[in-house]
Amino acid sequence: MSVEQGLFYFLAAFSVALALIVVLAQNIVRAAVALIFSFCGLAGLYILLDAEFLAAVQVLIYVGGITILLLFAILLTSRIAGKGVRVLNEQKVVSGIVAVVLMVLLGLAATRGFEAPAELPKQPENTPRIGTLLMTTYALPFEAVSILLLAGMVGAIFLARKEEK
Amino acid sequence: MDFLIEKATALGVPTLLAQVGAMLAVCAVIILYISVAAMFMIWWERKISAHMQVRLGPMRVGGWHGWAQSIADGVKLLLKEDIIPTQADKLVFALAPIVVFATALATYVIVPFGPGLMVKDLNIGVLYYISISSLTVVGIIMAGWSSNNKYSVLGAMRSAAQAVSYEVPLVVSVLGVIMIVGSLNMQTIVEHQAGRWGPLPWNWMIFGGGLQVVGFLCYFTAALAECNRMPFDIPEAESELVAGFHVEYSGIRFSMFFLAEYANMFVVAAIAVTMFLGGWRGPDFVSPLLGATLGPKVAGVFWFLTKSYFLIFVMMWLRWTLARLRVDQLMHLGWKVLLPISFINLGATGLWLVLKDMR
Repeated sequence: MSVEQGLFYFLAAFSVALALIVVLAQNIVRAAVALIFSFCGLAGLYILLDAEFLAAVQVLIYVGGITILLLFAILLTSRIAGKGVRVLNEQKVVSGIVAVVLMVLLGLAATRGFEAPAELPKQPENTPRIGTLLMTTYALPFEAVSILLLAGMVGAIFLARKEEK
Repeated sequence: MDFLIEKATALGVPTLLAQVGAMLAVCAVIILYISVAAMFMIWWERKISAHMQVRLGPMRVGGWHGWAQSIADGVKLLLKEDIIPTQADKLVFALAPIVVFATALATYVIVPFGPGLMVKDLNIGVLYYISISSLTVVGIIMAGWSSNNKYSVLGAMRSAAQAVSYEVPLVVSVLGVIMIVGSLNMQTIVEHQAGRWGPLPWNWMIFGGGLQVVGFLCYFTAALAECNRMPFDIPEAESELVAGFHVEYSGIRFSMFFLAEYANMFVVAAIAVTMFLGGWRGPDFVSPLLGATLGPKVAGVFWFLTKSYFLIFVMMWLRWTLARLRVDQLMHLGWKVLLPISFINLGATGLWLVLKDMR
């Protein structure tokens, strides 16, 4: 077993274990903190795949942006951050079934759906390539996503400002 | 670090052992550097603040101008009883200082101390710094919430709001430099600032290299806010929040927060030097004495540290000159002043690059 394989298994187990804590934790702040470390584990897996840019953006957006805002919202809502408040989902059986079915489907898709390449292409300098592709071949989807985000932002501001009238 | 691994494997050490050994060695060197530098900076800050207020500061411990004061303080902090509040979330409380210190440590990976002297020359250098530094605030929120104290939670929330707001101008102000160089790699950015600018020997980014004066000022302001320094220290705010997120911390856990704060100050200054002030470039005056292999490295480290510590001095100077901002003033400055200015800087840099290509 090489170092990379060992690292892969370690990071995979780390991410999955923390994701389980996210779902099962009794306290919502603990769940959010576990979510942060789970995202970090995923970023580590991206680095193993030579996708450095994706890993850095994963940490920057998911950890530095989204989860921080999540924690911010939790702390502002005083009742759910307190101790002894039930935060677990009541529908354990249904969610368990959905999770198992989804896992089987994803497993089938991963093993049967795609042919595994014999050797992974090595592309060490992939950041400039991503930039070039986004600005040339995939310019239209990129702009569409931008407009979607802008619409989301305008909507959020509209909802937040409504009370002032 | 790659250099160490190559040396070790050439001597017949197995690859895995060489890799782990090199990692541990480099890590030990950086932790040693952070501790010594932080102790020096704490002593230096106390001296600067004292002289700005016409006092003398520490004078007694160790003899000459109280140079051993920080060592004495450090030993005192290490020997203190480890106190965890009974109502605290113990696991998160214990993890928080480790997260804050580990992120501070991780940012040292991309600091180019001299030509070829860095832990790992990552292709995504600047992006790596930006993404890792956003983790600090996670530790701060963990500390604030787990202490189960109103002041701590208030401090943590202020810190989160501040970090999210100032992250945006920080990234946008750095983009100008990245556009000019066309790379995120730290050593490439330093290489790009070689040469002369007219009669002056500096082709640095804030001078002839890219005229990024506005970008530099935006970066420096946003970076001050990112590491919670005056005048942006409302997450700590001794006079209103007692000490913000680390009220409940004492002893060695508190010292880890303190160490991480000073470590972050150095990294922020080091990134500013690399991006805008020519990195380790400077007159090479030791090569005649030490030879062509060692000389440039020593001169590089000398100039890099001199520039970085000058910026740290400016940070301390600002701390003892300016008053703390109010929360609304802080948000106003971040979103309505810094962000538009850094966007204008980005647009102007892009326009300049396009016009330069057309000529």
